[in-house]
Amino acid sequence: MELVTLIAAITIFALAIFLGFELITKVPPTLHTPLMSGANAISGITIVGALFASNIASDSGNYPLAAWLGFAALVLATINVVGGFAVTNRMLNMIAGKRRGK
Amino acid sequence: MDLEPEIWDIGYLIASILFILGLKKLGHPRTAPTGNLYGASGMLVAVVVTVAQMNFGDGIEGTVLIPAGLIAGGIIGYTMAVRVQMTGVPEMVALFNGFGGAASALVAASEVFRMINNGTIPTDWLTFHVAWIAIGLSTLVGWMTLTGSLLAMMKLKGGFEIFGKWYRTPTWGPEWLNYVKGIFLIGIVGLIYMSLEEPGNQDYVIGIIVLSCILGLLFVLPIGGADMPVVVSLLNSLSGVAAAFTGFIISNNVLIIAGSMVGAAGLVLTNIMCKAMNRRLIDVLFKSFGGTDKETVTRTKVGSDPDEVAMICDGISKCVIIPGYGMAVSQCQHQVREFADILEANGCEVKYGIHPVAGRMPGHMNVLLAEANVPYEKLIEMDDINSEMGECDVALVVGANDTVNPVARSGEGPLAGMPIIDADKARVVVMVKRSLSVGYAGVDNDLFYEDKTMMLFGDGKKMMTELISSMKEL
Repeated sequence: MELVTLIAAITIFALAIFLGFELITKVPPTLHTPLMSGANAISGITIVGALFASNIASDSGNYPLAAWLGFAALVLATINVVGGFAVTNRMLNMIAGKRRGK
Repeated sequence: MDLEPEIWDIGYLIASILFILGLKKLGHPRTAPTGNLYGASGMLVAVVVTVAQMNFGDGIEGTVLIPAGLIAGGIIGYTMAVRVQMTGVPEMVALFNGFGGAASALVAASEVFRMINNGTIPTDWLTFHVAWIAIGLSTLVGWMTLTGSLLAMMKLKGGFEIFGKWYRTPTWGPEWLNYVKGIFLIGIVGLIYMSLEEPGNQDYVIGIIVLSCILGLLFVLPIGGADMPVVVSLLNSLSGVAAAFTGFIISNNVLIIAGSMVGAAGLVLTNIMCKAMNRRLIDVLFKSFGGTDKETVTRTKVGSDPDEVAMICDGISKCVIIPGYGMAVSQCQHQVREFADILEANGCEVKYGIHPVAGRMPGHMNVLLAEANVPYEKLIEMDDINSEMGECDVALVVGANDTVNPVARSGEGPLAGMPIIDADKARVVVMVKRSLSVGYAGVDNDLFYEDKTMMLFGDGKKMMTELISSMKEL
């Protein structure tokens, strides 16, 4: 890794933290649970890492457990992503449905 | 022009933008469903881009494991999300959150074990240090998030079942436990340092995993059920941080961006909740609150029966219902709604006063009442409902205690300064509660003993059902 790559990564890291702080400042209480759930689904982005880790061919001399650990990560991350967005959607539909149906 | 494979990283940029817009839109009621859709689309883009740029090896791993993992995880996740009762959502968010943390930690484990066993530990000083420190931190935060979330989930449920026997989730945390947590943390940092000195030794990594799992449990163990919203929100933030560290391991920007953004956003939400309880995050996490020396209740109050309450409620013109954690436990939101319907049929105006920290998740009451088809417009936030409490005939408090305790206004004791719903300003206060016992803060509630207060002692669902039948008999 080049030093410049690391510095770029740290820059992105720091800026994204500031962005996160600014993004949600005022949120009505109704949305707290859906927001938490939606943010949680986004943190399932680790699914990308899990995909890479699952694709380590063991017969080209790789350590076999690595791929299985990646597979376990992939299953858990997918549950987090799919389940997270689905349940957030359910909650939001319910709130929206209540608003329309007045 | 021949494009290098890095061109795919543009896809990650698109995914990141979708996440940013999604998170932003999730914060406003009108745009929230779009926000969720943006987030999901971002995830789809990220997955497609990742799979598209892969070189599949000769082995079965990529070609079999990837579709298998995506399909299995997708089916399990979707089924859980569709099947879950709305009352069980807080537990499930905690569980998903734990899975997210575990996934990040497992990716770190996969990477480190692969490099150690293949003999491909980076030789370049910088690459090696970045990878190993990121692996250590991702392992620490990820496993901690998993065990902490699982314990938080059990605490939200109130207990767990082993061989058909029900155990209450323990809450235990003497002062010295904080030092133990400190020692564990120092131990983990020490192990990360040693793994840098001796990179080929797997034992250090396993040591970090074990200590982090224990640390996660110790972290949540002393925190009581009522503080679980804060803890789940904080764990949500941590699972984002774990994803960001994993991004450093595999040098992937979309993980760093999405992970650290969720980490920061989760922290903001945690703070909003702490403020509503007039507590500092530090106190929630490191000071045993209430739990230990609760005031013993010496005063008594004669309970009322549902018939009396029904008579009082007959012909009133304004009623405010104040739900609390008790409504979630007894799951009586449907009965509460039915009671409100009867009042409305008699020409009474019914509103719901929602305290920001009522229940065990932010917005918990809103979700429960939405499930019972209560119109959104009737859920009034604390500050707005308080200005109306003076003209309210009956305040019906269902399973809430600390959030309506007038002592919070007096400026003494653990509740001092916490904003409350002014239930005591209503002409008559009806409280549905199992006993006179103190609430989470361990403070006796003067409101119970006032003359205008009628106590309905019993389980929320049972008392509301009886109240409804009494109303119908009038």
